[in-house]
Amino acid sequence: MRIKLLAFGIVKGIFSSSELELEVADGIRVEDLKSRLEQLYPELARLKSYFIAINEEYGQSDQVIESDDEIAVIPPVSGG
Amino acid sequence: MIDIKISNFHLDPELCLDIQADDSCGGTVSFVGTVRNETKGKKVLRLEFECYESMAVKEMKKIAEHCVNNLGVKHAVLHHRVGILSPGEAAVVIVVSSPHRDAAFKACEYAINTLKETVPIWKKEVFEDGEQWVSAHP
Repeated sequence: MRIKLLAFGIVKGIFSSSELELEVADGIRVEDLKSRLEQLYPELARLKSYFIAINEEYGQSDQVIESDDEIAVIPPVSGG
Repeated sequence: MIDIKISNFHLDPELCLDIQADDSCGGTVSFVGTVRNETKGKKVLRLEFECYESMAVKEMKKIAEHCVNNLGVKHAVLHHRVGILSPGEAAVVIVVSSPHRDAAFKACEYAINTLKETVPIWKKEVFEDGEQWVSAHP
């Protein structure tokens, strides 16, 4: 399936874009998506941490991603 | 009462106090986070804030709801600024109030600490000789 990822903060720089489209296996889980992203963008693994948000909620590592989910890559937040 | 806002414009702490004014609350605690003019001795020219707005509003609402439902305050106002800010400008305003002060102090500290951990807002510091996303790297 094809998914679209929203990128914020430093991740926009890593992707060189605020959005990334990716072909992934159906039923991919959050942790597998992260591994895949780190292969494509090794710089992600050098961040202090980062999360995958699914439909505006922090995703669990074993959570399954559906093609119509809104998916975002969330680097360490620094508001306030 | 819960009031959440993400704004491109100047934040008004006075307004945040006014909108939650309540005669039954004897204690109001506010926190204003402003842009500092230096980081580790380096002069900061400006901060650039960006956010994942729909999720940020949700996460800010969770914080406010926890304050009201579990920490004993009656009102929680959380306003956050985005865009380009200069030193001295307010980036965040939090106001909570409760019948007695203890709950308000605790809730205000909880709110700012949690906001800094969970709300998807990012700031980039711009120096004279470069820039960096805050907290991105270990």
